[in-house]
Parts: sequence; C-alpha cells; structure tokens
Amino acid sequence: MRPVYLDNNATTRVDPVVVESMLPFFTEHFGNASSMHAFGSAVGGAVKAARQQIQSLLGAEFDHEVIFTSGGTESDNAAILSALETQSGRDEIVTSMVEHPAILSLCEHLERTRGVRVHRIPVDSRGCLDIDAYRRALSGRTAIATVMWANNETGTLFPVETLAELAHEAGALFHTDAVQAVGKIPMTLAETDIDMLSLSGHKLHGPKGVGALYVRRGIRFRPFVRGGHQERGRRAGTENVPAIVGLGKAAELAALSMNDEVTRVKALRDRLEAGILQSVGSCFVTGDADNRLPNTTNVAFECIEGEGILLMLNKEGIAASSGSACTSGSLEPSHVLRAMNIPYTAAHGAIRFSFSRENGPEDVDRVLDVLPGVIANLRAMSPFWQGDGQPPTAFNPTYA
Amino acid sequence: MWEYSDKVKEYFFNPKNAGVLAEATAVGEVGAMSCGDALRLQLKIDAATEVITDARFQTFGCGSAIASSSALTELIIGKTLADAMRITNQDIADFLGGLPPEKMHCSVMGYEALRAAVANYRGEAWEDDHEDGALVCKCFGIDEGMIDRAIRMNSLTTVEQVAHYTKVTGSCGTCAERVEEVLTRVNRAMVDEGLLKAAEAFDPAASARIVPRSKPVAAPAKLTTLQRLRQIEQAIEEIRPTLRRDGGDCELIDIEGDTVSVKLTGACMGCQMASLTVEGIQQRLIEKLGRPLRVIPLSAGH
Repeated sequence: MRPVYLDNNATTRVDPVVVESMLPFFTEHFGNASSMHAFGSAVGGAVKAARQQIQSLLGAEFDHEVIFTSGGTESDNAAILSALETQSGRDEIVTSMVEHPAILSLCEHLERTRGVRVHRIPVDSRGCLDIDAYRRALSGRTAIATVMWANNETGTLFPVETLAELAHEAGALFHTDAVQAVGKIPMTLAETDIDMLSLSGHKLHGPKGVGALYVRRGIRFRPFVRGGHQERGRRAGTENVPAIVGLGKAAELAALSMNDEVTRVKALRDRLEAGILQSVGSCFVTGDADNRLPNTTNVAFECIEGEGILLMLNKEGIAASSGSACTSGSLEPSHVLRAMNIPYTAAHGAIRFSFSRENGPEDVDRVLDVLPGVIANLRAMSPFWQGDGQPPTAFNPTYA
Repeated sequence: MWEYSDKVKEYFFNPKNAGVLAEATAVGEVGAMSCGDALRLQLKIDAATEVITDARFQTFGCGSAIASSSALTELIIGKTLADAMRITNQDIADFLGGLPPEKMHCSVMGYEALRAAVANYRGEAWEDDHEDGALVCKCFGIDEGMIDRAIRMNSLTTVEQVAHYTKVTGSCGTCAERVEEVLTRVNRAMVDEGLLKAAEAFDPAASARIVPRSKPVAAPAKLTTLQRLRQIEQAIEEIRPTLRRDGGDCELIDIEGDTVSVKLTGACMGCQMASLTVEGIQQRLIEKLGRPLRVIPLSAGH
C-alpha cells in the first residue's frame, strides 16, 4: 500500500522537476559564479534566474532583495542580528510566544548574553496574537519586531501586514518567519511594510539546506556570515548553486500550484478534520479554524500521548507529527499549545496532519479508516480515560 | 525517530497485561499528566507467600513508557515481593533490549510504580526522590532540586563534577547551559551562607579557560602500599559524614589493586540513587589520589 505522507510542515518531497533542474549544476555547470570565465558565467545567470523566481513568488519589487542562505534558521538569525547591529540606541526585540525555536532560542541567548530585552507577546486560546500587548511593547527602544506569518503547529495565520505597519509607527524594523506560509498563500511584499522575510526550500518541495532572506531595498543590513563578496556582501560563501537553482524552480512551481493549494488541498484537509471529529470522540481542533493555512490541521486527543498515536499510525504507513518535531525528546507538551492554554489532558495528545499538493482523497480515506481504532486502543490503556463525554478520571499519584 | 529495539516495539504494539485488575490487592500510581507520563500498576498478591500472582498496568505516555510498564508486569508476575523489589530500572531496560538514553526515565517510572504499589500493600506512605524543581536533564529525569542537593552536599564547584555526581549532561548534552546556571546560583548562595569560599565558587566566565586533562594531587608513584591504603581509608572517612546526613553510610571492605570494595548501609540500601552515590565516592577517591580507581558496591549481606 502506498504510504500516506501527511507531515508536509516538517518537510516536503523534492519535486522531480526540481531535481531535474538541479542535476546539470552538479556536472557540466559546475563553475564558481565568481570566476572570470565561461564556466562561471553560465552559473551566474542561473543564480540570477532563481533570484527572480523567488522575487516573483514573494511579489517583491527587486530581485536583489532576495539573499540566498542555508535555510530558514539562518535567515531568522541573520535578520535579528542585523537589526540589532544597525540601529544604535535600539536594543529590544518584540516577538510572540509561539515562534519557531529559530527565533525563540536566539532571543533567549541574546537576552542572557547581551542583555537584550525581549518582549514575548501572548496568544489567545485560538493562537491569535494579543495585538494590544504587541502595540504596548513597541517603543523607541525596539530594534525589530519579528512575528511568524503562519504557525507551524496549528497553521494559524498572523496579521503580519498590520503588525509591520505598527512596528514602523514605532520606528522599528519588522521581520516575519514565513517558512510555513511561502508557497501556500499568495503574497505581494512590495505592497506591504514588511522589511525582512525568511523562507526555506524544503518546505515547498525544494531541497534541504537552502533558503532565502528577503531584505527590502534601502534597509541597512549587516551580514551574519562574513567572508567573500557573494550576495552583494550580505552573505559570504560560495553559492550552493544546485540548491539555489532547485529553490528557484520550487518557487516557480509553488506559484503555479497556489490555486490548487487553497482549493483542492484545503478541501482534503477539511474532509479529514470533519471525519476525525465525527468518528473520534473527546477531541478538538486547535488553532484559529477560520484563519489558518489551507494545508494544516492540529487535533488534540484527550487522555493519551502523541508518540503512541504516531507509532501506531506509522505501523499503518501513515506519517503525521506530534507538536513540533524539533521538540521531541522532551516531556513538555509543545510551547505553542501551552501558550494557547490547551489543557495538559489534551496538549500531550495533539497530532498535526499537514497536506501538500501531492496528497489525494485516498490519503484522507486511509487515515479515517485507521485513526479511530488507534485512538480507542491507546485510550483503553490510559489511566485517565473514563469513556466519551466523561472528564478524565481523577488520578492522584503519590507525587505530581 | 527513536531507535526502539524490536522488543520495545513488540511490547508497545502488543502489550501484555494492559488494563484493570478487578481483584487487585495493591495499587501504585506514579507520574502525572502534566509530566507527560503516568502509570497505574495493580497487583494481586498472595497474602501467605507474598507472591505476585497477577499484575496489570494502565499507562499514559510514549511508546517506551507503555512497553516499560508491560515489561515490568512480565518481570514481576510469579515473584515474591522481596524478589520483585530487587528489580532495577536497568533490569526493565535490559529486558526490553535497551532504551534510548532519552527514554530511560520510562523504566524509572516502572521501578517507582512497583515501590508505590508495595508501599500501598503494606500500608506505608511512599515518597520518592522527586523535588518540585523544573526538570533540567530530560534524558535521566533529573530536576533542579536534585542537582541543587548534589552541589550542596558535596560542595561541587564545576560542571564536570556535577555531571559525575548526577549524570546531567551525560546523554544528549543540551542541558549544559542550564546546569551552569544552577551551579552558579547554588554556589553563590553557598558563599552567602558561608558554606563556600568566594574564590572556590563556580565562575562561568573563568570556566571557558582550558583546564588540564588530569591534575594529579599527589605523586602516585612515590606512595608505599600502606600509604595508599591509608589514603583510601581516609578519603572514605571524609565522605561518610555526607552520607550519614541522608541517613546512609558506607564501609570500606577491601582494596585489591585498583579496585575498592565498599558496602552501602542504612538508607543507601535499595536507594534509587545508590549507583550515583557509588559513582560519587569513586569520583572523590580519584580526585584525592590522582589516579584511576574502581569502586564496587557489595551487597549488604556480604
């Protein structure tokens, strides 16, 4: 039986067309873009074409606003560090409590080692940002406000265009980690106040290890990786040409399938979600159901723990994810669900299903076939489970 | 993805003895939903022989928590309480063909549930070693309280020492920064309380200096056999007051070459932390003598 891959927010399969576009750059077009000979110039043109493909997907005004990096994490780090370095007198960061660790870990580190003040804005039970608190946190001390475009766990969308305008009112830069949003929802950066944006290749059927940072023209920028003059001195190191070409092609394909994403893929997601809620009791959808990515659903199952669900689904050839893969190995439920005040009774049992254009109706059927049995099986073993409609049993161990 | 052994998978997908035991005579409950795992262990114990005739578990937790719970029931059914109590969390992990280091705490949960159930059977209160502090080392389930105590009891002043005494940083290593913070805080408090000289306290800024690999305290080659024996004896004597404070004790039994045999007595017997204590003693001896040594605990009946 064909495996069912519903973990596309973790990573996607590289599109065969993308792979095809990359291959010549390992072999005949192996040159260094900086070289003063024919080998180099062929490659330089390909990198420029990829830059324009990204520019087009983002709706950016200029192609040179796109800087190629090693991925979303590097882009996030580069944006924040540059903002702190280029604005003397501004040493505060405003962000949300539900960002990816690529933002939160760096902020925590800057807080401890450089005395940078970090404002982490809370979210409500649907995962929506407290805009008033965000507004209050911005000040003449704010170097940068950074809020994700879409949350990786719940798919909840943030009003980044408004948030960018608010940041500018305070004279601060605005960055968004759009790793989950790029390619899934349309965007026209040229018409927004967004100063910087991070994206990652492998989330949109491109290769791993490549990404980009959009930096609006005119924004002062200091490189994170220093060395050569590549990327106009904004990101040193010989270009990862095959990956950059692949990322460009992936961006082009994403633009073409955008309509499919927001219609057919969304319908698959909605049918799975409705089917789960109908066939499995004591579970609920987390996040803002009316305002989220078309491909993501996150369902919290009461009284059981996510890893068991994933292992049993995996045995049936179904791939999903529990919270964020980055936080596995931890006993804590995801920081995103905790920030949303999802009770412990359900937060540990939250499962994310994330679709892509490669999924079909048979994938939904298969999950709906298997999942109710898996949940019932694990609940039968849970000391907290008392049956549908019943509150979790009072369990008072010797210590808690 | 965790590298689970085939045995772990077998006991997760087809767990033995899952469910409720209607005629249970003892129940042990440990963990909590907020901790991410919890286990209710039910036992049927023959009153005359104290043999565990049946056992059932209900577990909230990951795959290895369920497998460990099931393994525990398989290990204890048919055993007397006395024999069952000799099973360690390592035995549970071994039975399953090993657990990933980050998942060893699952076997500890089984070990504790059995203790809780036996205490329940005997009408005793059961208390564990868990403090309220936040979990610092998720691999071995070591919280801030345990680290705090280890630092204070043994006057530890380096991250390396804390690692030797508590095993933190020993597996995935991601807690190293947190351990430095705890050590800094506790040492500072100890200085304030007059328990430690300011100059000896852990200094995170200075710790970046490269430290020599070994630091011989004495010139080992010059010692006579008698001097060496006396030195070990003296080192053990210095450790005993610390153990006594916790209601335990330690006796030097024999020294053979580089192997030192000790007997743990009092509260140290059967203590979950006993293996850490032995490691602590070994570390102290190595530091004092400036040469490698092995400390072996002998059972109380020896």
